[in-house]
Amino acid sequence: MSKGNSILTACEKANHVCDKIQYKEASFVEKIKLNFHLLICRACRKYTSKNQKLTKVVKDSKVECLNCSEKEALDITLSVAIKEQQN
Amino acid sequence: MPKHQIDPNNWIGLYSDYLFNFTISRVNDRDLAKDLVQDTFFAGLKSMKNFKGEASERTWLISILKRKIIDHYRKINSNKGKAEVRMSYNSDSDSEGDWLEERIADPYDKTAEDTLENEELGYAIYNCLSKLPKKQAEVFRMKTIEGLDTETICNELDITASNLWVIIHRARTAMASCMEKNWF
Repeated sequence: MSKGNSILTACEKANHVCDKIQYKEASFVEKIKLNFHLLICRACRKYTSKNQKLTKVVKDSKVECLNCSEKEALDITLSVAIKEQQN
Repeated sequence: MPKHQIDPNNWIGLYSDYLFNFTISRVNDRDLAKDLVQDTFFAGLKSMKNFKGEASERTWLISILKRKIIDHYRKINSNKGKAEVRMSYNSDSDSEGDWLEERIADPYDKTAEDTLENEELGYAIYNCLSKLPKKQAEVFRMKTIEGLDTETICNELDITASNLWVIIHRARTAMASCMEKNWF
């Protein structure tokens, strides 16, 4: 494996861990590894800060949405109504 | 030839989240919001012939929904004994005799401006979400907004965990740049 290639895979891994951190699913070791990588890699630092910003924004906005079962129920009632309309 | 076509079969997938979020910031009650959104879809279905195609479907549905919300507030207001105002300084008898100064609002608490900003932020998020490819939007919504765990989503959508993370990564990158443009 060439050196450039290994750096790229390291960044890919770092981004993956960074994504996991946003959902609190990364392990302690992974977090430490990421922090070391961030020391040497500017691109990943940028991605991480953007990612954290996005998480904060979504959390602050308190957006809500219908969950799947509610949506399905809505879908069924609506499709019945559509059929009635067509007849 | 009208510019916009109407197709009620896609309404739920495309607009239910947006409408729901719009409603819940105005009525503050999940069940009620759900009912109002459902009423809106039915009303839209009934008056489909009146859709001229000048506005987009979403704008049209939102305008119906606004009427529904106003109707709802009219109805509860007429039930409520014609808005009788009763003032009492303390709602519970425990704190009777306490200083009133202790009961003023905390200045470091959320202000009205913050709430307003949060409301707009919600629309911005859904606007960006509607620009993503369908699959990415779905996964991002389930993971980030509903807060489901990885396993549940994988089972539901029938994908592997690594596949899910790739989708999440792409969605997050797209969302971040979209929010950067429209919000920050």
